[in-house]
Amino acid sequence: MSVSYKRKDVEYLLGFLDAVNWQEIYLSLAEAMPFLLKGSLMTIKITTISVGVGIVLGVLIGLARVSNNKIVGGIAKGYIEIFRGTPLLVQLFILYYGLPSLGLNLTPYFAAVLGLGLNSGAYVGEIVRGGIESIDVGQMEAARSVGMSYGQAMRYIILPQAVKRIIPALGNEFIALLKDSSLVSVIAVKDLTRQGRLIISRTYQSFLIFLAVAFFYFVMVFIMTRIVNYTERKLKVSD
Amino acid sequence: MIKIESLYKNFGDLEVLKDINNQIAAGEVVVVIGPSGSGKSTMLRCLNRLEEITSGQVYIEGTPINNNETNINQIRQKVGMVFQQFNLFPHKTSLENITLAPVKVKKMGEEQAKKIAYDLLDKVGLKDKADVYPNQLSGGQKQRIAIARALAMQPEIMLFDEPTSALDPEMVGEVLEVMRDLAEEGMTMVVVTHEMGFAREVGDRVLFMDEGRIVEEGPPKQIFGEPQEERTKDFLSKIL
Ligand SMILES: Nc1ncnc2c1ncn2[C@@H]1O[C@H](COP(=O)(O)OP(=O)(O)O)[C@@H](O)[C@H]1O
Ligand SMILES: [Mg+2]
Repeated sequence: MSVSYKRKDVEYLLGFLDAVNWQEIYLSLAEAMPFLLKGSLMTIKITTISVGVGIVLGVLIGLARVSNNKIVGGIAKGYIEIFRGTPLLVQLFILYYGLPSLGLNLTPYFAAVLGLGLNSGAYVGEIVRGGIESIDVGQMEAARSVGMSYGQAMRYIILPQAVKRIIPALGNEFIALLKDSSLVSVIAVKDLTRQGRLIISRTYQSFLIFLAVAFFYFVMVFIMTRIVNYTERKLKVSD
Repeated sequence: MIKIESLYKNFGDLEVLKDINNQIAAGEVVVVIGPSGSGKSTMLRCLNRLEEITSGQVYIEGTPINNNETNINQIRQKVGMVFQQFNLFPHKTSLENITLAPVKVKKMGEEQAKKIAYDLLDKVGLKDKADVYPNQLSGGQKQRIAIARALAMQPEIMLFDEPTSALDPEMVGEVLEVMRDLAEEGMTMVVVTHEMGFAREVGDRVLFMDEGRIVEEGPPKQIFGEPQEERTKDFLSKIL
């Protein structure tokens, strides 16, 4: 009895697989491939530039956070709280849909890079601050005691050590940014997610195409994770 | 060389230094002793303004350092400092630890800085450790590199804050040796230490501090032999 039940099950599954039109899937994917690749390139480009903006901004914000100047520190703190305390999606909407009402029209691409960069600057700023504060105060004192200015001590002594320590955290931040960058698809940037949606609007193959989109993100994140781990290992060795 | 005038230092409500007055002459070796928490480190750190001075004045070769017009970075080039915890730069080799400040602060040429650094490494007996990172050095070696790093700026005054307190006993000697040589060359030194042997043999003058004041001072013979103040006697009886 139980045997016949199982057979029925298998037959059902086989029937299902029969119903799948493999050739059609193959054709759809082949057709989608160039667009998905193009989208991936756009995603990589936007992420890379945003990471650059985020690092420059983050170092400045991190330095401001640890500075003795209360005003500078306060501004940096406010910046961090605002950008971490509001959704990235809303930040993108403000830049792309909000600013035009003030007469400031940004291209989708520029709004995307700006939004992601400003946002990641806040997170990187906190990471940089943590890195700087993790360095023993004796390092700053030793540097100052031989006559270095505060800036020289930061540049030659504190930051090089801090950067080494925060590489893992920075790596995770940038992997998160890569994934978050899919939000820019809603402000008309032709990134991987948007390319996927454009294909779906023509072919209606939501499941297949979104799976493919997810797969592309996965590959990018996978590669980036390896790069971060590799860098981390190399830095450990030189310790 | 150093003149301290009614120096006060507060940390918040805590008054750590109370009316410190003293003069240290060129070439003099002054040893500062006293119980833990008496303000020895704080006083030393006021001499190169690693601690902001609450009130009073410190003159380094006549220049008042508690003064916004004074370029403290220039003063610090003349005042080397050696810390209990060494504070070597872990991402730099011994040689780089020594050459960094001359090159970046004094704008000395790389070659000249290296030449000076090798001479100093020789002086502290660590020529073979030039290209080694601090984490591969023993405590005593670290401290000797730290002394070389301070000397590379060719200071006129050297401040030592318990330079041997973090060392294993067998390494204390090698560091004191270097300090002794330095004293013999005529370096002006202020040394906070618990090494009474060093104080006796190398010190020209001993300051005994307690509760933020200099309670008693004099030549080592007098302080160790016939201390006048009760508190000094009490302290010495505990540590000798
Ligand atoms: N950065 C600081 N903040 C607050 N209190 C401090 C600080 N540094 C030292 N103190 C206090 O000042 C007093 C003197 O400290 P210190 O100069 O280090 O003494 P010593 O070197 O003689 O042991 C102690 O009570 C110590 O707790
Ligand atoms: Mg101390």
